[in-house]
Amino acid sequence: MSASHATTAGSAGAHAGTQDAAQRELRHHFVDMQQQSNTASLGMWLFLVTEVMFFGGMFCAYLIYRLMYFKDFAAASQSINVSWGAANTAILLISSFTMAMAVRCAQLGKQKLLVVFLLFTMLFGAAFLGVKAKEYYDKYEEKHVPGVNFEFKGGLLGHPEYVVNQQHAQMFFSIYFAMTGMHALHMIIGLGLMAYLIIASMRGKFDTSYYTPVENIGLYWHFVDVVWIYLFPLLYLISRTKG
Amino acid sequence: MSENEHHIVPVKLYMLIGGTLLFFTWVTYAVSKIDLGPLNTVVALCIATFKATLVVLIFMHVKYTSEKLTKAVIISAIFFLGLLLTLSLADFGTRNWL
Amino acid sequence: MATAVMPEQRTNYLNAEHGVKSWLLTTDHKRIALLYMVSVTFFFFIGGVYALLIRLELLTPAGDLVQADTYNRLFSGHGIVMVFFFLIPVVPAILGNFLVPIMIGAKDLAFPRINLLSWYLYIIAGMMVIHVLLTGGVDTGWTFYTPYSTAFASPKVVETGLAVFINGFSSIFTGLNFIVTIHRMRAPGMTWSRLPLFIWANYATSLIMVLGTPVIAITLVLLVLERVFHLGIFDPKLGGDPLLFQHLFWFYSHPAVYIMILPSMGIMSELIACFSRKRIFGFQFVALSSVAIAVLGFLVWAHHMFVAGMSVYAALIFSFLTFFIGVPSAIKVFNWTATMYKGSVTYETPMLYAFGFIGLFTIGGLTGLFLATLGIDIHVTDTYFVVAHFHYVMVGGVVMGYLGGLHFWWPKITGRMYPEGLGKLAALIGFIGFNLTFFPQFILGYVGMPRRYYQYPPEFQMLNVLSTAGATILGVGYLFPLVYLIWSLKYGEVASDNPWNAAGLEWKTTSPPPTFNFHEDPVVDFEAYNYDELKEIPRER
Repeated sequence: MSASHATTAGSAGAHAGTQDAAQRELRHHFVDMQQQSNTASLGMWLFLVTEVMFFGGMFCAYLIYRLMYFKDFAAASQSINVSWGAANTAILLISSFTMAMAVRCAQLGKQKLLVVFLLFTMLFGAAFLGVKAKEYYDKYEEKHVPGVNFEFKGGLLGHPEYVVNQQHAQMFFSIYFAMTGMHALHMIIGLGLMAYLIIASMRGKFDTSYYTPVENIGLYWHFVDVVWIYLFPLLYLISRTKG
Repeated sequence: MSENEHHIVPVKLYMLIGGTLLFFTWVTYAVSKIDLGPLNTVVALCIATFKATLVVLIFMHVKYTSEKLTKAVIISAIFFLGLLLTLSLADFGTRNWL
Repeated sequence: MATAVMPEQRTNYLNAEHGVKSWLLTTDHKRIALLYMVSVTFFFFIGGVYALLIRLELLTPAGDLVQADTYNRLFSGHGIVMVFFFLIPVVPAILGNFLVPIMIGAKDLAFPRINLLSWYLYIIAGMMVIHVLLTGGVDTGWTFYTPYSTAFASPKVVETGLAVFINGFSSIFTGLNFIVTIHRMRAPGMTWSRLPLFIWANYATSLIMVLGTPVIAITLVLLVLERVFHLGIFDPKLGGDPLLFQHLFWFYSHPAVYIMILPSMGIMSELIACFSRKRIFGFQFVALSSVAIAVLGFLVWAHHMFVAGMSVYAALIFSFLTFFIGVPSAIKVFNWTATMYKGSVTYETPMLYAFGFIGLFTIGGLTGLFLATLGIDIHVTDTYFVVAHFHYVMVGGVVMGYLGGLHFWWPKITGRMYPEGLGKLAALIGFIGFNLTFFPQFILGYVGMPRRYYQYPPEFQMLNVLSTAGATILGVGYLFPLVYLIWSLKYGEVASDNPWNAAGLEWKTTSPPPTFNFHEDPVVDFEAYNYDELKEIPRER
């Protein structure tokens, strides 16, 4: 089972033997693929820790200003379309499901199905971004983009007498764009990583002995999903009632 | 991390989790339409945390790893983020006290 | 044994490959360490030039050398370069990169290509900062406080912010690499309790790098967005709170000072054990105190904000928490001292730096406690007392530690010995210069001279003159090693594999090591600091 067996290009299943990928991909400073794979995993988890702290700074800003300017934040939040937000949440959750399925296919050596699930993940990811673009455009039309043409004309549900403070509403939108923008940037990077995985899979790079990048990029994608799981209620659902 | 290479999660479980996540997204949306006062936020965040936990445990295979380090890493992230949020609140939350 | 083979004749990591590409595209952690050594040293001297200009201006009470505006750019440039491009990377990226894999018995770091990426990020960021400095610089201080930095200061703030952001990722990737390496790539038999304390120190440092740096990264992103789009997140005129910036900034920048000191403390343990010929007293305490400092360091950041307008209750909490940091630091100092007690102490250059560190770090650390005390802080905050405090720990601590380590491991890194007589002389000159520069500043601060001012009342002149004189001597103390270390590369005595008869895996391989660190895969069956089994330091090295 030597590495010189040429893998029939891109075909499903590693005809040349299940140890090929691991032998081929083993780097010189590791004892074996197990060590290399465990190392790569820990590296990705630690990277996700840095991402938690990175987004965390913005969550901190959000928290402080929400407490300080609750009513204005509520009014601003009510002006963003919760249906699109909920739809996007569903889209991203489904893409997480397809990503998990993709990793499972990699574990089982199902090359073709791996590519299919990766494609679906990309599709849903792109759909998310499409919806986001629409939402951003709507905000632009309504003049809710800080620093560009900001003018908040909305009110607070159930409190017709309340005059929304322009600056505080703008604060909400600054944070909204910063957080969803940063999240979208991470999704775009995720799509790029997904494309790499698809190309690599089609070239027969992965088999049951080696699929570390699929696993770790999967972790990254799930993390981006988790960030959105929190962003949705925090940004869209501050107050949706007349209370 | 060392174990989840070998543990294959059944498709049915993935589908169950996926379905649960979608269901609770709908729940979050529906509950937000009911006026619970300050509890709205609490409920929304609890549901979000429940969803996040499912993603982390099942989709990210943390439930199936025997590696304690993974869990330590996740808990540290949550802890230090908590520190940032809580101690900042120690300032902003008490400004009006004097 | 004293007749070592000329290093150039054996294949080692230095001569294994030749050519610029083999250096600029290397993934060998040892070569990357040297790449950092050259670049970090370069930035150190740039920061030093700024310091010199500051001290020159402060020779006289009047602002007569430069204008006020220029002076602001001088201390800002000094701070930005020294903090981000010298102090943060100096020990981890140079000595850490070189030694961490070898000390644990590995062939390289976990992610060698990411290691190289770290260096390139550092270089890109460095070039951006040089560009900023050459085109006028920023005058915000290295702290970039808002709303000045977002609404008023020069547009260079954006480029500087982006440079520091990029540099932050250099740091994050180094820390990530170290943590994973130490967890996953220890040689057989190298248990956590056998790890050298330098490794424990770098591990704790890496925890801070990974947890803290991302927060300043996002803060700088928000700063740049605010500046460019006039958002108002930190601007009171637009409903923002400048203190939010300070909280986010210091959440990283306080733990950052522990990124700076912890590796040097790790060096201390190695030096003191070797030159006392004794196992470090209280090994577990010293190891765990590093981790304790890393964790506690995240709980105290707002002690930089006592007079900024924070709630007094928050000030009380942060003051209370700050006192605790003194405990693990003191534990280390006591343990080092106890190690020397009844040890066979000798006074080679590295040990001289170690002695300097212990004394100066203790003074710096104690004055930190003064600053933690709210009542005192109100009086001395933003004065030269603070400046003296942090220079005692940063220069008296970090730099002395680095120089001690550099001299100690120089034979391992280069295969050459430095000239011992000059080494001792430079250490002494540096020590004298340092104290003359910074001790008067404690007094200046106490009697009321504010920091970041280019002019002062005439009665403060004498102390300022002493400080500037000291700075010149200190500069000489730094130029000496620059010259003789470079000299030693060609003319220094050829070093044996273990010129100090020191304990540790790095001394079991050749000086310099081969590209993959060891000629045979190491297996560890001995405890750390097994000096009872090793002979004395030989006369001939």
